Amino acid sequence: MRPGRVARDAYREALPALSASLVGGLIAGVVLGGMRGALADIPGLLVLVPALLATRGNVYSSLGARVATALHQGMITPRLDTVDDRLVQACAAALANGLLASAFAALAVFVSLSVLPALAAPAPLPGLVVLALVAGTLSGLTLTVVIVTAVLAGYRRGYDPDTLVGPLVTTTGDVFGLLFLLVAVRLTTAVGLLGGA
Amino acid sequence: MATTDWTIRAITRATLPVLLVLTLVEVGSGLVLGGFQSTLLRSPSLLVLVPVTIGTAGNLGSVLASRLSTALHLGLISFSPESEVLAGNALATLALAATVFPVVGAGAWALTELTGGARLSLPAVLRVAIGAGLALAVLAVFVALVATYAAYRLELDPDDVVVPVVTNTCDVLGVVVLFLAVRLLA
Repeated sequence: MRPGRVARDAYREALPALSASLVGGLIAGVVLGGMRGALADIPGLLVLVPALLATRGNVYSSLGARVATALHQGMITPRLDTVDDRLVQACAAALANGLLASAFAALAVFVSLSVLPALAAPAPLPGLVVLALVAGTLSGLTLTVVIVTAVLAGYRRGYDPDTLVGPLVTTTGDVFGLLFLLVAVRLTTAVGLLGGA
Repeated sequence: MATTDWTIRAITRATLPVLLVLTLVEVGSGLVLGGFQSTLLRSPSLLVLVPVTIGTAGNLGSVLASRLSTALHLGLISFSPESEVLAGNALATLALAATVFPVVGAGAWALTELTGGARLSLPAVLRVAIGAGLALAVLAVFVALVATYAAYRLELDPDDVVVPVVTNTCDVLGVVVLFLAVRLLA
Protein backbone atom coordinates (compact mmCIF):
# COMPACT_ATOMS: atom_id res chain seq x y z
CA MET A 1 0.00 0.00 0.00
CA ARG A 2 1.36 3.40 -0.93
CA PRO A 3 0.99 6.31 1.53
CA GLY A 4 -1.20 8.27 -0.89
CA ARG A 5 -3.73 5.46 -1.13
CA VAL A 6 -3.65 4.80 2.61
CA ALA A 7 -4.28 8.50 3.20
CA ARG A 8 -7.16 8.66 0.71
CA ASP A 9 -8.89 5.61 2.24
CA ALA A 10 -8.45 6.89 5.79
CA TYR A 11 -9.74 10.34 4.81
CA ARG A 12 -12.86 8.95 3.13
CA GLU A 13 -13.63 6.62 5.99
CA ALA A 14 -13.32 9.27 8.71
CA LEU A 15 -14.95 12.30 7.06
CA PRO A 16 -18.66 11.36 7.56
CA ALA A 17 -18.26 10.64 11.29
CA LEU A 18 -16.19 13.78 11.81
CA SER A 19 -18.78 15.87 9.98
CA ALA A 20 -21.58 14.43 12.12
CA SER A 21 -19.72 15.20 15.33
CA LEU A 22 -18.94 18.68 14.00
CA VAL A 23 -22.67 19.41 13.75
CA GLY A 24 -23.22 18.06 17.28
CA GLY A 25 -20.27 20.08 18.57
CA LEU A 26 -21.57 23.32 17.07
CA ILE A 27 -25.05 22.78 18.56
CA ALA A 28 -23.41 22.06 21.91
CA GLY A 29 -21.43 25.28 21.47
CA VAL A 30 -24.60 27.30 20.96
CA VAL A 31 -26.03 25.81 24.17
CA LEU A 32 -22.80 26.71 25.98
CA GLY A 33 -22.96 30.21 24.48
CA GLY A 34 -26.51 30.53 25.80
CA MET A 35 -25.29 29.70 29.29
CA ARG A 36 -23.05 32.76 29.52
CA GLY A 37 -25.10 34.26 32.33
CA ALA A 38 -24.90 31.09 34.42
CA LEU A 39 -21.19 30.68 33.62
CA ALA A 40 -20.52 34.17 34.93
CA ASP A 41 -22.72 33.70 38.03
CA ILE A 42 -21.51 30.25 39.12
CA PRO A 43 -17.74 30.16 39.56
CA GLY A 44 -16.45 26.67 38.72
CA LEU A 45 -19.19 25.83 36.23
CA LEU A 46 -17.01 26.42 33.15
CA VAL A 47 -14.14 24.54 34.80
CA LEU A 48 -16.47 21.57 35.26
CA VAL A 49 -17.62 21.49 31.62
CA PRO A 50 -14.74 19.51 29.99
CA ALA A 51 -14.76 16.86 32.73
CA LEU A 52 -18.53 16.36 32.51
CA LEU A 53 -18.48 16.14 28.71
CA ALA A 54 -15.51 13.77 28.71
CA THR A 55 -17.22 11.55 31.30
CA ARG A 56 -20.22 11.20 28.99
CA GLY A 57 -17.89 10.31 26.12
CA ASN A 58 -15.78 7.85 28.11
CA VAL A 59 -18.64 6.06 29.90
CA TYR A 60 -21.13 5.83 27.08
CA SER A 61 -18.70 4.98 24.28
CA SER A 62 -17.51 2.14 26.49
CA LEU A 63 -21.14 1.04 27.02
CA GLY A 64 -21.74 1.23 23.27
CA ALA A 65 -18.58 -0.73 22.50
CA ARG A 66 -19.58 -3.36 25.06
CA VAL A 67 -23.04 -3.79 23.51
CA ALA A 68 -21.49 -3.89 20.01
CA THR A 69 -19.01 -6.62 20.99
CA ALA A 70 -21.76 -8.64 22.70
CA LEU A 71 -23.90 -8.46 19.55
CA HIS A 72 -20.95 -9.62 17.42
CA GLN A 73 -20.34 -12.55 19.78
CA GLY A 74 -24.02 -13.49 19.98
CA MET A 75 -24.10 -12.86 23.74
CA ILE A 76 -27.22 -10.72 23.45
CA THR A 77 -29.97 -10.60 20.84
CA PRO A 78 -30.74 -7.32 19.06
CA ARG A 79 -34.24 -6.99 20.52
CA LEU A 80 -35.70 -4.78 23.20
CA ASP A 81 -38.92 -6.73 23.93
CA THR A 82 -37.10 -9.34 26.05
CA VAL A 83 -34.52 -7.29 27.89
CA ASP A 84 -31.43 -9.26 28.79
CA ASP A 85 -30.37 -9.08 32.44
CA ARG A 86 -26.73 -8.58 31.47
CA LEU A 87 -27.68 -5.59 29.34
CA VAL A 88 -29.49 -4.07 32.33
CA GLN A 89 -26.39 -4.63 34.48
CA ALA A 90 -24.16 -2.98 31.86
CA CYS A 91 -26.46 0.06 31.64
CA ALA A 92 -26.70 0.34 35.43
CA ALA A 93 -22.91 0.12 35.70
CA ALA A 94 -22.48 2.87 33.10
CA LEU A 95 -24.92 5.12 34.94
CA ALA A 96 -23.32 4.45 38.34
CA ASN A 97 -19.78 5.02 37.06
CA GLY A 98 -20.86 8.15 35.22
CA LEU A 99 -22.40 9.56 38.41
CA LEU A 100 -19.36 8.68 40.54
CA ALA A 101 -17.05 10.37 38.03
CA SER A 102 -19.33 13.45 37.82
CA ALA A 103 -19.41 13.91 41.61
CA PHE A 104 -15.66 13.31 41.72
CA ALA A 105 -15.18 15.99 39.04
CA ALA A 106 -17.24 18.48 41.08
CA LEU A 107 -15.16 17.74 44.17
CA ALA A 108 -11.89 18.08 42.21
CA VAL A 109 -13.03 21.42 40.72
CA PHE A 110 -14.03 22.71 44.17
CA VAL A 111 -10.72 21.68 45.76
CA SER A 112 -8.53 23.02 42.95
CA LEU A 113 -10.35 26.37 42.79
CA SER A 114 -10.12 26.68 46.60
CA VAL A 115 -6.37 26.02 46.47
CA LEU A 116 -5.40 28.02 43.36
CA PRO A 117 -5.33 31.73 44.22
CA ALA A 118 -5.21 32.85 40.57
CA LEU A 119 -8.79 31.71 39.86
CA ALA A 120 -12.09 32.83 41.39
CA ALA A 121 -13.23 31.00 44.54
CA PRO A 122 -15.73 28.25 43.65
CA ALA A 123 -19.49 28.09 44.25
CA PRO A 124 -20.53 26.07 47.35
CA LEU A 125 -19.50 22.39 47.18
CA PRO A 126 -23.01 20.91 47.75
CA GLY A 127 -24.31 23.02 44.87
CA LEU A 128 -21.59 21.87 42.47
CA VAL A 129 -22.00 18.20 43.46
CA VAL A 130 -25.82 18.27 43.14
CA LEU A 131 -25.47 20.09 39.81
CA ALA A 132 -23.06 17.42 38.50
CA LEU A 133 -25.26 14.57 39.77
CA VAL A 134 -28.50 15.99 38.32
CA ALA A 135 -26.82 16.65 34.96
CA GLY A 136 -25.22 13.19 35.06
CA THR A 137 -28.51 11.43 35.81
CA LEU A 138 -30.52 13.20 33.13
CA SER A 139 -27.92 12.95 30.37
CA GLY A 140 -26.98 9.41 31.45
CA LEU A 141 -30.53 8.08 31.21
CA THR A 142 -31.03 9.77 27.83
CA LEU A 143 -27.72 8.57 26.39
CA THR A 144 -28.29 5.00 27.61
CA VAL A 145 -31.65 4.85 25.85
CA VAL A 146 -30.34 6.52 22.67
CA ILE A 147 -27.21 4.39 22.39
CA VAL A 148 -28.71 1.00 23.25
CA THR A 149 -31.72 1.58 20.98
CA ALA A 150 -29.61 2.88 18.08
CA VAL A 151 -26.98 0.15 18.30
CA LEU A 152 -29.58 -2.64 18.48
CA ALA A 153 -31.71 -1.12 15.70
CA GLY A 154 -28.63 -0.45 13.55
CA TYR A 155 -27.45 -4.02 14.00
CA ARG A 156 -30.85 -5.40 12.94
CA ARG A 157 -30.62 -3.35 9.74
CA GLY A 158 -27.17 -4.66 8.95
CA TYR A 159 -24.90 -1.81 10.13
CA ASP A 160 -21.67 -2.66 11.90
CA PRO A 161 -22.39 -1.54 15.49
CA ASP A 162 -18.69 -0.74 16.07
CA THR A 163 -18.71 2.03 13.50
CA LEU A 164 -22.03 3.40 14.79
CA VAL A 165 -20.97 3.91 18.40
CA GLY A 166 -18.19 6.48 17.99
CA PRO A 167 -20.04 9.08 15.89
CA LEU A 168 -23.27 8.51 17.83
CA VAL A 169 -21.66 9.14 21.22
CA THR A 170 -19.70 12.17 20.04
CA THR A 171 -22.71 13.82 18.40
CA THR A 172 -25.31 13.12 21.08
CA GLY A 173 -22.98 13.17 24.12
CA ASP A 174 -21.97 16.83 23.89
CA VAL A 175 -25.44 18.08 22.95
CA PHE A 176 -27.33 16.21 25.68
CA GLY A 177 -24.44 16.75 28.10
CA LEU A 178 -24.73 20.54 27.81
CA LEU A 179 -28.53 20.67 27.47
CA PHE A 180 -28.99 18.76 30.71
CA LEU A 181 -26.23 20.77 32.36
CA LEU A 182 -28.35 23.83 31.58
CA VAL A 183 -31.44 22.12 33.08
CA ALA A 184 -29.40 21.09 36.13
CA VAL A 185 -28.16 24.67 36.60
CA ARG A 186 -31.76 25.93 36.60
CA LEU A 187 -32.93 23.25 39.07
CA THR A 188 -29.98 23.62 41.43
CA THR A 189 -30.24 27.41 41.42
CA ALA A 190 -34.00 27.20 42.02
CA VAL A 191 -33.55 25.17 45.21
CA GLY A 192 -30.97 27.68 46.42
CA LEU A 193 -27.90 25.43 46.48
CA LEU A 194 -25.76 27.74 44.36
CA GLY A 195 -25.99 30.87 46.43
CA GLY A 196 -27.77 33.96 45.20
CA ALA A 197 -27.32 33.36 41.46
CA MET B 1 -11.14 -8.73 27.11
CA ALA B 2 -13.19 -7.62 30.10
CA THR B 3 -16.43 -7.84 28.16
CA THR B 4 -17.56 -11.33 29.14
CA ASP B 5 -18.36 -10.66 32.81
CA TRP B 6 -21.34 -8.33 32.80
CA THR B 7 -22.01 -7.49 36.42
CA ILE B 8 -22.06 -3.96 37.80
CA ARG B 9 -19.16 -4.89 40.08
CA ALA B 10 -16.96 -6.36 37.32
CA ILE B 11 -17.61 -3.51 34.89
CA THR B 12 -16.96 -0.93 37.61
CA ARG B 13 -13.72 -2.61 38.65
CA ALA B 14 -12.54 -2.64 35.03
CA THR B 15 -13.46 0.94 34.13
CA LEU B 16 -13.78 3.19 37.20
CA PRO B 17 -10.05 3.64 38.08
CA VAL B 18 -9.17 4.78 34.55
CA LEU B 19 -12.31 6.91 34.44
CA LEU B 20 -11.37 8.78 37.63
CA VAL B 21 -7.83 9.43 36.40
CA LEU B 22 -9.17 10.74 33.08
CA THR B 23 -11.65 12.93 35.01
CA LEU B 24 -8.77 14.56 36.91
CA VAL B 25 -6.95 15.19 33.63
CA GLU B 26 -10.09 16.83 32.24
CA VAL B 27 -10.47 19.01 35.35
CA GLY B 28 -6.96 20.20 34.48
CA SER B 29 -8.19 21.32 31.07
CA GLY B 30 -11.19 22.92 32.78
CA LEU B 31 -8.79 25.00 34.87
CA VAL B 32 -7.16 26.25 31.66
CA LEU B 33 -10.65 27.23 30.42
CA GLY B 34 -11.29 28.94 33.75
CA GLY B 35 -8.06 30.90 33.21
CA PHE B 36 -9.45 32.62 30.10
CA GLN B 37 -13.10 32.62 31.16
CA SER B 38 -13.43 36.40 30.94
CA THR B 39 -12.21 36.43 27.31
CA LEU B 40 -14.62 33.60 26.45
CA LEU B 41 -17.57 35.32 28.10
CA ARG B 42 -16.81 38.56 26.27
CA SER B 43 -16.70 36.88 22.83
CA PRO B 44 -19.53 34.38 22.43
CA SER B 45 -18.16 32.99 19.15
CA LEU B 46 -15.07 31.79 21.02
CA LEU B 47 -17.31 30.11 23.64
CA VAL B 48 -19.20 28.36 20.82
CA LEU B 49 -15.83 27.10 19.51
CA VAL B 50 -14.98 25.34 22.80
CA PRO B 51 -16.99 22.07 22.57
CA VAL B 52 -16.55 21.63 18.84
CA THR B 53 -12.77 22.22 18.95
CA ILE B 54 -12.27 19.87 21.89
CA GLY B 55 -14.56 17.26 20.30
CA THR B 56 -12.99 17.43 16.85
CA ALA B 57 -9.47 17.23 18.26
CA GLY B 58 -10.42 14.19 20.34
CA ASN B 59 -12.07 12.60 17.30
CA LEU B 60 -9.08 13.17 15.02
CA GLY B 61 -6.85 11.54 17.62
CA SER B 62 -9.19 8.63 18.30
CA VAL B 63 -9.78 7.84 14.60
CA LEU B 64 -6.03 7.79 13.99
CA ALA B 65 -5.35 5.78 17.15
CA SER B 66 -7.95 3.15 16.36
CA ARG B 67 -6.63 2.78 12.80
CA LEU B 68 -3.06 2.41 14.06
CA SER B 69 -4.25 -0.07 16.72
CA THR B 70 -5.98 -2.20 14.10
CA ALA B 71 -2.88 -2.09 11.88
CA LEU B 72 -0.86 -3.16 14.90
CA HIS B 73 -3.23 -6.08 15.59
CA LEU B 74 -2.97 -7.18 11.96
CA GLY B 75 0.80 -6.87 11.92
CA LEU B 76 0.66 -4.27 9.15
CA ILE B 77 2.72 -1.67 10.93
CA SER B 78 6.41 -1.08 11.38
CA PHE B 79 7.62 1.86 13.40
CA SER B 80 9.98 3.48 10.92
CA PRO B 81 9.80 6.83 9.15
CA GLU B 82 9.40 4.96 5.87
CA SER B 83 6.26 3.11 7.01
CA GLU B 84 3.53 3.80 4.47
CA VAL B 85 0.70 3.03 6.91
CA LEU B 86 2.07 5.59 9.38
CA ALA B 87 2.76 8.25 6.77
CA GLY B 88 -0.58 7.73 5.01
CA ASN B 89 -2.63 7.93 8.20
CA ALA B 90 -0.73 10.96 9.46
CA LEU B 91 -1.32 12.69 6.13
CA ALA B 92 -5.04 11.85 6.27
CA THR B 93 -5.32 13.37 9.76
CA LEU B 94 -3.77 16.64 8.56
CA ALA B 95 -6.04 16.69 5.49
CA LEU B 96 -9.11 16.04 7.65
CA ALA B 97 -8.17 18.92 9.95
CA ALA B 98 -7.64 21.21 6.96
CA THR B 99 -11.12 20.27 5.69
CA VAL B 100 -13.04 20.42 8.94
CA PHE B 101 -11.68 23.41 10.87
CA PRO B 102 -12.57 26.13 8.34
CA VAL B 103 -16.15 24.80 8.56
CA VAL B 104 -15.90 24.82 12.37
CA GLY B 105 -14.82 28.46 12.39
CA ALA B 106 -17.41 29.63 9.86
CA GLY B 107 -20.13 27.62 11.63
CA ALA B 108 -19.27 29.04 15.05
CA TRP B 109 -19.27 32.59 13.73
CA ALA B 110 -22.54 32.15 11.77
CA LEU B 111 -24.38 30.53 14.69
CA THR B 112 -23.23 33.26 17.06
CA GLU B 113 -24.31 35.92 14.59
CA LEU B 114 -27.75 34.25 14.33
CA THR B 115 -28.24 33.75 18.07
CA GLY B 116 -27.39 37.20 19.31
CA GLY B 117 -24.64 38.80 17.30
CA ALA B 118 -20.94 37.98 17.02
CA ARG B 119 -18.43 40.33 18.56
CA LEU B 120 -15.42 39.07 16.62
CA SER B 121 -15.17 39.35 12.85
CA LEU B 122 -15.46 36.26 10.65
CA PRO B 123 -11.75 36.38 9.68
CA ALA B 124 -10.72 36.50 13.35
CA VAL B 125 -12.84 33.46 14.25
CA LEU B 126 -11.56 31.64 11.15
CA ARG B 127 -7.94 32.43 12.12
CA VAL B 128 -8.48 30.99 15.60
CA ALA B 129 -10.33 27.87 14.37
CA ILE B 130 -7.91 27.04 11.54
CA GLY B 131 -4.77 27.90 13.53
CA ALA B 132 -5.91 25.83 16.50
CA GLY B 133 -7.14 23.00 14.24
CA LEU B 134 -3.92 22.56 12.29
CA ALA B 135 -1.77 22.73 15.43
CA LEU B 136 -4.07 20.15 17.04
CA ALA B 137 -3.83 17.82 14.05
CA VAL B 138 -0.03 17.81 14.31
CA LEU B 139 -0.26 17.17 18.07
CA ALA B 140 -2.89 14.43 17.58
CA VAL B 141 -0.59 12.61 15.13
CA PHE B 142 2.28 12.84 17.60
CA VAL B 143 0.21 11.67 20.60
CA ALA B 144 -1.38 8.79 18.67
CA LEU B 145 2.01 7.59 17.40
CA VAL B 146 3.60 7.73 20.85
CA ALA B 147 0.64 5.98 22.54
CA THR B 148 0.43 3.23 19.90
CA TYR B 149 4.17 2.67 20.07
CA ALA B 150 4.07 2.53 23.89
CA ALA B 151 1.21 0.00 23.82
CA TYR B 152 3.17 -2.08 21.31
CA ARG B 153 6.38 -2.05 23.37
CA LEU B 154 4.57 -2.66 26.69
CA GLU B 155 2.38 -5.35 25.09
CA LEU B 156 -0.87 -3.70 26.19
CA ASP B 157 -4.06 -4.22 24.22
CA PRO B 158 -4.06 -1.09 22.04
CA ASP B 159 -7.88 -0.97 21.89
CA ASP B 160 -8.21 -0.77 25.68
CA VAL B 161 -5.43 1.72 26.23
CA VAL B 162 -4.60 3.76 23.16
CA VAL B 163 -8.01 5.13 22.20
CA PRO B 164 -9.07 6.49 25.65
CA VAL B 165 -5.60 7.88 26.37
CA VAL B 166 -5.33 9.59 22.98
CA THR B 167 -8.92 10.92 23.04
CA ASN B 168 -8.57 12.50 26.47
CA THR B 169 -5.06 13.84 25.82
CA CYS B 170 -6.37 15.48 22.64
CA ASP B 171 -9.32 16.92 24.62
CA VAL B 172 -6.91 18.62 27.00
CA LEU B 173 -4.59 19.76 24.21
CA GLY B 174 -7.69 21.10 22.47
CA VAL B 175 -8.33 23.54 25.33
CA VAL B 176 -4.67 24.53 25.69
CA VAL B 177 -4.21 25.11 21.96
CA LEU B 178 -7.50 27.03 21.76
CA PHE B 179 -6.26 29.23 24.62
CA LEU B 180 -2.99 29.93 22.76
CA ALA B 181 -4.81 30.53 19.46
CA VAL B 182 -7.17 33.03 21.12
CA ARG B 183 -4.20 34.85 22.68
CA LEU B 184 -2.17 34.95 19.46
CA LEU B 185 -4.74 35.12 16.66
CA ALA B 186 -8.06 36.62 17.85
